[in-house]
Amino acid sequence: MHELPVTESILKIVLKHAQMNNVQHVVAIHLQVGKLSDLEDEWIQRYFDYLSKGTLAEGAKLKIERMPIMMQCNACSKAFETDAAKLNDLVCPNCGGKESTFLSGREYFIKNMEVQ
Amino acid sequence: MIEVKEEILADNIKVASDVRERLRNSKTMLLNLMSSPGSGKTSLILQTIAKLKNSVRLGVIEADIESKVDAEKVAAHGIPAIQLRTGGFCHLDATMVTQGIDALPVKDLDLVIIENVGNLVCPAEFDTGAHKNVMILSVPEGDDKPLKYPLMFSICDVLLVNKMDYLPLSDFDMPAMRKRVLGLNPNIVIIEVSCKTGAGIENWTSWLAKEVDSFKQFK
Repeated sequence: MHELPVTESILKIVLKHAQMNNVQHVVAIHLQVGKLSDLEDEWIQRYFDYLSKGTLAEGAKLKIERMPIMMQCNACSKAFETDAAKLNDLVCPNCGGKESTFLSGREYFIKNMEVQ
Repeated sequence: MIEVKEEILADNIKVASDVRERLRNSKTMLLNLMSSPGSGKTSLILQTIAKLKNSVRLGVIEADIESKVDAEKVAAHGIPAIQLRTGGFCHLDATMVTQGIDALPVKDLDLVIIENVGNLVCPAEFDTGAHKNVMILSVPEGDDKPLKYPLMFSICDVLLVNKMDYLPLSDFDMPAMRKRVLGLNPNIVIIEVSCKTGAGIENWTSWLAKEVDSFKQFK
């Protein structure tokens, strides 16, 4: 629902880096977004297409890498990956422990961009 | 290929940490209250004011879209309240909160409560600059909400389960809900309340009074 302000931030950061590097045209932007985020890929792209008209980044493709939800077992300390549907019954695949602590999965990060 | 390596919401994170620092200096604790529409944010704020107004100097920032009335209700208790015009926005960000802080006499306040926009999705993504995040889940919403909105449950310091007076009439599974929430966020404090009957409100306000107190002691 909040794709618009997020997309504005993406564009602003991308244009800043494009200017710093004397880029002619931004072709693609690689994002890392945690699986716990509700961002819709399609809407980010649509907003981006709209906002980037007439800029160096017009037409750039957003490539979104979804970062896994990682938990750490409270018993054996091993980290393991899960998904939102399994949060109900988290079981450590290593020791079978049922208590774990959230590690990561809410990233909002611009990794790099392809340019010409 | 150009390495960017930047947080998308870096601007907001910066403004939020400025807010936190500024209120740290004025010894004003900022609390961000979030929930779905209709789960009882305004009722909880009014109950909190009633219990704490003689011991804690309170202010309120109202952002809920449908809550023009709310700032008036709060102001009727002699509590400074600011109504932000969020223009139908789905969440508050730190810049909007800064406007609210600017308009409140924060130097003379111990605690400012933000009534965020009623929504379990977007407010979880945007740091408001609050020192504590608190959410309400009301019994009629169901015990499955931690599974549908895990991010919200993972970022909060306190979960208030409101409308406990409905529990006997519902199939809300409290142990299952607790297990789901604690799996995501083992440090969260869960407090059961009913704004209608007043049950459990004392547990909430004593948690809050203690937090405000230790915030003031912090150097």
